[in-house]
Amino acid sequence: MATAATTTHSGSPGDPPEPSYLTVKRGFRNWIVTLDHKRIGVMYLIGITTSFLLGGVFALLVRTELFLPGSQLVNEQQYNQLFTLHGAVMVFLVIIPGLPAALGNFSLPIVLGAPDVAFPRLNLFSFYLWCTGAALLLLSLIINAADTGWTFYTPYSTTTGTAVVPAVGGAFVLGFSSIFTGLNFIVTIHKFKPKGMGWFQMPLNLWGIYSTALLQVLATPVLGITLLLLLVERIGRIGIFDPALGGDPVLFQHFFWFYSHPAVYIMILPAMAVMSDLITTFSHKHIFGYRFIAYSSIGLASLSFLVWGHHMFVSGQSRLAGMVFSALTFTVAIPSAIKVFNWVATLYKADIRLQTPMLYALAFILLFTIGGLTGVFLGALNVDVHLHDSYFVVAHFHYVMMGSALIAFLGALHYWWPKMFGRMFNERVGQVCAILIFIGFNTTFLPQFVLGSRGMARRYFDYDPEFTSFHQVSTVGAFLMGITLVVSFGNLVYSLFRGKRAPRNPWGGSTMEWQAPSPPPLYNFYAHEQPVLYPIYDYSDLYWDETEGGYVRRPGAKPEAEGYEP
Amino acid sequence: MSNHVHESGYDDETHSDMGHVASKRVLLGTWGTLMVLTIVTVTASKIDFGAAELNLLIAMVIAVIKATLVCLFFMHLKYDKLFHSVVFVSAILLATLFVTFALMDSNQYQHDVYWQQRDFQPTTEVDKSYPALQPY
Amino acid sequence: MSASEHGHGHGDQAGGHGHGEPQSRFIQHHFDDGAHQFESGKLGIWLFLGQEVLFFSALFVAYIIYRHNHPEIFQYAHKYLDVKMGAINTGVLILSSLSAAWAVRAAQLNQQRLLVWCIVVTLLCALGFLGIKYVEYSAKVHHHTLFGKRFAPTEAPDGTEIEQPDATPGKTEGGAPAPKEPLNTVGGVKAQPVPGAAGPPPGSAPVVPGDPAASKEEPASAVSGVGVLPAIEAQKTAGAAIDTHASARPPPNTGMFFTIYFAMTGLHGIHVLGGVIVFIWLLIRSMKGHFGPKYYGPIDFAALYWHLVDLIWIFLFPLLYLIA
Repeated sequence: MATAATTTHSGSPGDPPEPSYLTVKRGFRNWIVTLDHKRIGVMYLIGITTSFLLGGVFALLVRTELFLPGSQLVNEQQYNQLFTLHGAVMVFLVIIPGLPAALGNFSLPIVLGAPDVAFPRLNLFSFYLWCTGAALLLLSLIINAADTGWTFYTPYSTTTGTAVVPAVGGAFVLGFSSIFTGLNFIVTIHKFKPKGMGWFQMPLNLWGIYSTALLQVLATPVLGITLLLLLVERIGRIGIFDPALGGDPVLFQHFFWFYSHPAVYIMILPAMAVMSDLITTFSHKHIFGYRFIAYSSIGLASLSFLVWGHHMFVSGQSRLAGMVFSALTFTVAIPSAIKVFNWVATLYKADIRLQTPMLYALAFILLFTIGGLTGVFLGALNVDVHLHDSYFVVAHFHYVMMGSALIAFLGALHYWWPKMFGRMFNERVGQVCAILIFIGFNTTFLPQFVLGSRGMARRYFDYDPEFTSFHQVSTVGAFLMGITLVVSFGNLVYSLFRGKRAPRNPWGGSTMEWQAPSPPPLYNFYAHEQPVLYPIYDYSDLYWDETEGGYVRRPGAKPEAEGYEP
Repeated sequence: MSNHVHESGYDDETHSDMGHVASKRVLLGTWGTLMVLTIVTVTASKIDFGAAELNLLIAMVIAVIKATLVCLFFMHLKYDKLFHSVVFVSAILLATLFVTFALMDSNQYQHDVYWQQRDFQPTTEVDKSYPALQPY
Repeated sequence: MSASEHGHGHGDQAGGHGHGEPQSRFIQHHFDDGAHQFESGKLGIWLFLGQEVLFFSALFVAYIIYRHNHPEIFQYAHKYLDVKMGAINTGVLILSSLSAAWAVRAAQLNQQRLLVWCIVVTLLCALGFLGIKYVEYSAKVHHHTLFGKRFAPTEAPDGTEIEQPDATPGKTEGGAPAPKEPLNTVGGVKAQPVPGAAGPPPGSAPVVPGDPAASKEEPASAVSGVGVLPAIEAQKTAGAAIDTHASARPPPNTGMFFTIYFAMTGLHGIHVLGGVIVFIWLLIRSMKGHFGPKYYGPIDFAALYWHLVDLIWIFLFPLLYLIA
């Protein structure tokens, strides 16, 4: 590990006593082998946003192709490749790692007041694995992009001539990146909690990260073995999924969805985790129902293992299994609903500030409600027989994956941006972008519910003319969203050069990371300024200080309430 | 921190600062039991108990006993924090869940599977007695 | 009392930091002390073992499903495996588990030479295991008892010859060309399935897709009734072990047994190999005296991994080799 930084700047008053993690030991080589969780988080962030833009380009190509019936830009084969790459990039490179690896890596130790995660070298290794997986997916794109859909169903994936092996190999490697990140987070939360922070004094952000990490460690290995078997089947023709040799393709689906259903909870749980922090901070109010949210995080993680068959209602799964999975799927909606009720109850009679992160948080509540409820429709066995593989499903999962998980990612990014880089982005631009993204998103995906219920099938290159107007509205919305997303990223990047310097606590957050300098030094806190643990979500002592330009605790604020003794 | 300097009831030579030191007796005893059980399981497999399932059951019971010995003594789970056992057992429970559901499902649709696919030629006539076409 | 967390803070490196103890240089800076690092590593390795269990779980699922639905395949094909070799391998791994556990004990008690010897024994056992597996695998390659399509043995498990599809009598084992079609298809002849047709292999019925009678009579596991020898069928319902008569040919899709066999033992073997690499690294470090009572985490964690490898084999052995 690097020694404590010894150099200071010119020594004039107002200069920080230590350089920040960004400027200590400069140079590409120092970044690429860093063990600092903050730098690793920033590198993940760069990779993930780049992948997001790439996946977004694929999405826009898909939507352009669908603007009119018939072929516009590409032929059928290329269309299949486009949506496969869009799905694989977005799922494996962006959403699954997104919140945990990029933002979680940065914030988790600081929120705990710790100097780093439990296993910094493993953390760096996880990042290298992410890069390798990304390279393999790109390789597939370059050679002859896979056209199987991101779900790689057999027997098509074992017989198609496209470059499935690098794509599957990339997903395999990315799975291990996810596993090791989750492992790291679980041990960090268990072993690096400060004195006085028991399990029920933890920020709810950490409950969400913990639940996500449990899923990452326990569910992802099944994806690993599934993809490995798929690779061996494709290369060696071992026959495990090949009916001609006695194999069972439905077994592939069982294997695949046993991971991929918990995977969608890996995507949404960190988003919900961040939501609790965002809602409380911008309502300046204690969260309603702390324990309910904590328990529902674990409950959601546990229940998520029981419902994977709802992806397979019409795949050849038996009717009995279908009924069992359908019943269980209804139960999994309950913890999510509990959280939404609690967030809304937190908003009630609160001092709400509609700053950019809060706009994203409010968008999340609405979009997640729509996405979650439509999931319950799809969980009903008889309804799903009609809606399976239609645009209704596409709209549903975009509402939960993009409208919820990605929106929360954007909200969290804006929330922690001042902490990460020490700069404030343009608030007005941020707010306008948030609103336009919300409008663009709904314009894109609301018509798709109608399309699906009227019979438009997903992954179809061509369609009947009766669906044209819906597709056109959707495409317009997609472009609006795409442009606005680019503008909002540009707003953030611009702030790196021209943004106002950020105070320690620009938003009035009550968790420990807001006591650290913005941006933090190498070991997160100055040696002489160890952070103080305050009662969780207690905003009573936080007030805006004009000279500081941010929020501070009233001097003499009580550090710990009774009952926090370990 | 937790467990250490932990009264075990066995005559450990010393206590380590971190973690429990396994005694020679425990290690050798576990090893010996494992070897004996291996011989037992091989022998039992050669005996015909009547039903094939019974042989499988006996073999699995012996395997579980062996596995438990390895977990408790070689892997120190008996002397470790409970949470480690929770992690391990949870993984096994999840795997069991996986097996149960997948087996239940595949069991249900087996009668739809044509086991010999290679020369399958569909008949031109619909076979009304085909299970999936029965009204329910 | 400011709620400082375990004394975190980069300025003050409390304890165990370059003060004369040779192992303490391996305590990383962000931990409070050696015990904190050890405890964290222990939790970490148990989480890793948990995920390894799930990594193997899909293969066990496949095994259970195929064996439940098609027990005749397993009862026929497992005889190709050599129980003696499997048992020796089991003994070898159990011994290596003992030496790994003893290595941990040696490190805890500062018995440096014993530690090195224990690791050496573990390594030798692991390499022995791999050697035996190599012998077994080459035998299978030699007998063409491989996975999926490549399952094309010329001999039944009891040594009798299996008739090849183009039925040249008196073929010897070594010179048999691998037939293009696996033997478990209907005589390898692409014929229209006609009930009761005089197809080449007497005694095996061709596929009759529209024949529900055959498939309906037996319970779920018996679509295999179509195309399986009547002898096997009758004995299955009796519940006794299958008598593979001299002229018996493999049941259809017997290659699936070997698919599962190679997948399970292959993945296990890769893990053994990984363990070998880890133990070589540990051997080098222990010869340099890196480990002792205050720092033995890597030995402990590697031993835990190794015990898991042993655990998996404890289940693989009876499931694959000891089928009654």
